[in-house]
Amino acid sequence: MSGTGGRNGPGGAGGSGAAHGDAGPVLLGVRHHGPGSARAVRAALERTDPCAVLIEGPPEADALVPLAGDPGMRPPVALLAHVRDAPGRSAFWPLAEFSPEWVALRWALERELPVRFIDLPAAHSLAMPEPEPGPEPGRQPESGAEGAPGDGPAPGAPGAALRTDPLGALARAAGYDDAEAWWEDVVEHRTAGGPGAADALAPFAAVAEAMAALRETYGDGGHPHDPVREAHMRLRLRAARREFGDRVAVVCGAWHVPALTRRTTVTADRRLLSGLPKVKTELTWVPWTHRRLSRHSGYGAGIASPGWYGHLFRAPDRPVERWLTRAAGLLREEDHAVSPAHVIEAVRLAEGLAAVRGRPLPGLAETMDAIRAVLGDGSDVPAALIHDRLVVGDVLGEVPDGAPAVPLHRDLTRTARGLRLKPEAAEREVELDLRKETDAGRSRLLHRLRLLGIPWGEPVRSRTTTGTFRETWRLRWEPELSVKVAEAGIWGTTVEAAATAKAAADAAAATALAEVTAVAESCLLAALPEALPQVMRVLADRAALDTDVGRLARALPALVRAVRYGDVRGTDAAALREVAGGLAERIFVGLPPACVGLAADAATEMRAHLDATHRAVTLLSRPETTEEPGTEKGGPETGIGKGSPETAEEPGAGQDDPEITEQTGAGQGSPETAEGAGTGQSTTASTPADRWAQTLRGVAERERVPGLLRGRAVRLLRDDGRLGDDGAERLMGRALSPAAPPADAAGWIEGFAGGGDGDGMVLVHDERLLALVDGWLTRVSPEAFTDVLPLLRRTFAAYGTGVRRALGAQIRRGPAALAPQAGPGRGADPDDAVPVPGFGSGLDRDRAAAVLPTLHLLLDPAPPADDPLGKAC
Amino acid sequence: MSADGWKTTEEAAEETAAQTPGGARREPRAQASKGTDGGAGGAVLRPHAEETFADELAALAAADDRPRPERWRLSPWAVAMYLLGGTLPDGTVVTPKYVGPRRIVEVAVTTLATDRALLLLGVPGTAKTWVSEHLAAAVSGDSTLLVQGTAGTPEEAIRYGWNYARLLADGPGREALVPSPVMRAMADGATARIEELTRIPADVQDTLITILSEKTLPIPELGEEVQAVRGFNLIATANDRDRGVNDLSSALRRRFNTVVLPLPGTPEAEVEIVSRRVGQLGRSLDLPPVPEGLDEIRRVVTVFRELRDGVTEDGRTKVKSPSGTLSTAEAISVVTNGLALAAHFGDGVLRPGDVAAGLLGAVVRDPAADRVVWQEYLETVVRERDGWKDFYRACREVTA
Repeated sequence: MSGTGGRNGPGGAGGSGAAHGDAGPVLLGVRHHGPGSARAVRAALERTDPCAVLIEGPPEADALVPLAGDPGMRPPVALLAHVRDAPGRSAFWPLAEFSPEWVALRWALERELPVRFIDLPAAHSLAMPEPEPGPEPGRQPESGAEGAPGDGPAPGAPGAALRTDPLGALARAAGYDDAEAWWEDVVEHRTAGGPGAADALAPFAAVAEAMAALRETYGDGGHPHDPVREAHMRLRLRAARREFGDRVAVVCGAWHVPALTRRTTVTADRRLLSGLPKVKTELTWVPWTHRRLSRHSGYGAGIASPGWYGHLFRAPDRPVERWLTRAAGLLREEDHAVSPAHVIEAVRLAEGLAAVRGRPLPGLAETMDAIRAVLGDGSDVPAALIHDRLVVGDVLGEVPDGAPAVPLHRDLTRTARGLRLKPEAAEREVELDLRKETDAGRSRLLHRLRLLGIPWGEPVRSRTTTGTFRETWRLRWEPELSVKVAEAGIWGTTVEAAATAKAAADAAAATALAEVTAVAESCLLAALPEALPQVMRVLADRAALDTDVGRLARALPALVRAVRYGDVRGTDAAALREVAGGLAERIFVGLPPACVGLAADAATEMRAHLDATHRAVTLLSRPETTEEPGTEKGGPETGIGKGSPETAEEPGAGQDDPEITEQTGAGQGSPETAEGAGTGQSTTASTPADRWAQTLRGVAERERVPGLLRGRAVRLLRDDGRLGDDGAERLMGRALSPAAPPADAAGWIEGFAGGGDGDGMVLVHDERLLALVDGWLTRVSPEAFTDVLPLLRRTFAAYGTGVRRALGAQIRRGPAALAPQAGPGRGADPDDAVPVPGFGSGLDRDRAAAVLPTLHLLLDPAPPADDPLGKAC
Repeated sequence: MSADGWKTTEEAAEETAAQTPGGARREPRAQASKGTDGGAGGAVLRPHAEETFADELAALAAADDRPRPERWRLSPWAVAMYLLGGTLPDGTVVTPKYVGPRRIVEVAVTTLATDRALLLLGVPGTAKTWVSEHLAAAVSGDSTLLVQGTAGTPEEAIRYGWNYARLLADGPGREALVPSPVMRAMADGATARIEELTRIPADVQDTLITILSEKTLPIPELGEEVQAVRGFNLIATANDRDRGVNDLSSALRRRFNTVVLPLPGTPEAEVEIVSRRVGQLGRSLDLPPVPEGLDEIRRVVTVFRELRDGVTEDGRTKVKSPSGTLSTAEAISVVTNGLALAAHFGDGVLRPGDVAAGLLGAVVRDPAADRVVWQEYLETVVRERDGWKDFYRACREVTA
């Protein structure tokens, strides 16, 4: 056996410094996360039987080695190193069951052999500036070193950039796209054939030779830190040899093998290592998942098929047959009819494909093609299922309780201390004033924790105030929350980073549209701008595919609130606004058909959607609206052009503050704007508000829409001044005409005037409308009256005393005082100059002037102009 | 009973002999003879693949030193190269016959090499027939063993028919038998092709089960059977998104490896296909050529692709997909239609208004659901797009 150790490759590779007697250190250059490498490593270790194992990794982790043998430890796990005072600066070394490092680690632990990590200490690597990411030949075979998750470019974290790996370079030279396929073909499949255990080291010899050639060409491959790291490895190797003799095995990235055999002096290596920056670091084990190993999820280890690798590593023999059988089993569980005959044919096809492609045995690509063509009838659906569940897989690692605390916990403790929030078991309520820095910070922290599923605080409805700058929280720290923090550690190393990652994942996993909007809203509350784009993306996609207008309408208000909130906080809400606009458009298109033929309950629900959407659209179209009519942008002009020419009646309002004009245009109580908005009827309406008005008009005019909704639509239009002079009257007259069923008419009245004081005032102020209601009511037959009474009661009982009294007084004056006729009455006042229906013609200047002194005090300290009203008229 | 039976058979004899099996059989012969006297009588409109690319096939066969399955003209590797194109060591350039994922061709060829039947699926216009013809040409050197599937394809087209004159004169025997292309392929160890398999009635489809699993075709009338010799295989094509097709029974489906041919991968490729086809159709309809219409074609293709894929070309917005297929073939017909409108009722220039109505018809197949999908698409995607204002307006007009 020692003889085999002697003919180990590195000696031949480059001026062996280890050719000392018959057994030098066994250098096992591996491909990280390669199952082939892992198997080969195990065989080589069995063969050479070293007395110590050295592994590429941070030496600080030596103390954590025993945990790897703990029964509670189940891969995939990762070694996590982070700067003690800045958990955001961290690095991961993920280890899967099929990672050669993990195999070596477990092999040594089983035999109670010493294990040493020999890479540069994390204290240095985390302190060093990030090497410039750029085109780098020859990937630094960093054992899956990662950037900090989500936390932007963490300084000092060994590069997360995808580096070409050296075996990949060899594979490409051999005409392979996939390094693992190449390794399988040239190493795994070739050596598996022969029983020759004597060859256990042959692949490593060959790889070392190839690496020596590569390093001769590429030097350090553009990684300035590599010489330093390798110097450290050499020093650790020397120390190990002093301690354990020459029979030590080194498992490291193949790239480093030539460097470890290079003849250098201790002094030269020491010199390289002197003066390195240093930070205080801490290390721990954290659970990892297969999904994070795969390259789909941001900061994975860059292996696309961890499930497949795991299978290759575990399968004792016939990997292809076993794999396709597993795939068939999974498909059967999902109700695809897959028979053993299918599996047979799939295996044949995979083998045939391998032959056509010139590979010794089928690999993942061949088996996937076979699955698609045979098991899946050519469809992508089963193939996607297999990819998700088998090729990547849902394996979640576990770490024993004894592992040191995760950095997330530290970050939480630190942040909480900074905000003077103490974890207390007793329940207490705090009120936060978001205008204060500390309170805002507390709110953010609590919102983030809620996102992470750590319910330290629960928001409570405030008893004292409803202002948006106050929040009330009920705080209570329970011991199991610590466990939850540890669990949440998988999302990141700081509360912010973890919450960002969690929010994005939550949004992607959400099933209902409203859930996604809720996540979007909490992203804003928790101040996670980084998560927003991803959440928005999901939201837009969901909205596009959702066919239920109700769900869309439920989602819109939260989104628009988010837009407004984002505006207030000065964050870039453009993306949000775009999504909200898209959502609104979908509602506009889908709403009218969805209102048809609804039962009473559904109509009530839809009415709520109408109101919510209306408010949302009003909010949404308030700031700059640069939609269709071109690129003209600019405050006052947009304001007036969008609203209506008629608002020119109040010239003081709009000149320098578009917001006010907008408000008058879109808000309550300026029915004058009616005709101007009428232009919105052209085929290409310009603003969302215009198109919403068009939608409402469609609802109002549709016969098969329940009265409640038609009434509501008319009311909303009227309040926005989009119905013209007698539009509301005309529609009301139609809805209340004798031919309409009384119940429907009562519903119309409820929709139009129901809901409360504000909604009742319209009848007080517009006598013609009141006359219509009055006329209709007196016409209702006694039997029908009993039917509609509850509806009417519901409508009118909601009004406050004042409104009811005013209404009563008007009614008492009798029909003579009201409009002459119920019915499609035009001509309550033949004088068309009347701007507001129900009011006298012209302006009563004396009465209007009474308000001027007060207004003047409010707006402008200068003496009043001669006759501001005169200008206005 | 028996007299009656004879009588009906006699009547049927004339029809069948004239139509299906005999017809299918005569066709290649007729073309072959045309091919031989081509020098005298003028070139055929469209020669077979193995004739058109005879040089390439010969060069490939000469250069091909890999193992060939029995009765294959080329090795599987060379067949894949014939379809995908490449350059041979002797410098012969093999033109690509199929432009698309390499994976698909490899799976198809391997399927044939592993003795499994191949089912090519895809919406119209994805080169299913083209691929099957070239595969047969490269594998067996003969792409003419073809059965065209229709709703009226009889069992005789797949198994065998009778030459009733011979049957009456000589009695039942091999001479009176009219073999189908499939039967001949079995006997010769060649590749048979069935077009539009899912159009064939289910009971007729199922006659393939024995052929594919037992590899024999019994002839009970003669007490004989035809056993397939090595090299026999079958390529079927089917359109997987049309309605009203006869779906394959699972027993039959199990005998096939399925390869789905994708739609054109890039908008440019699809625009190219559409405009070329439209040009051809336009010539045959004597429509004036409309070069200015390229914008409109691009627009139609974009609309089709976006609605089909459920996502806009920039990948930023998802859209709902309507219930229709929206295949490239339909895009072609929309444009052709618009061209005819422009030529006969307009000023000869293809304008948005000319294609809008056709588009609406192609997209809105289900009046309720699809209309909402289409309107949503118009409002959320088309309206915002630069330079699409006319198009948007035209679509709004026809939709309203």
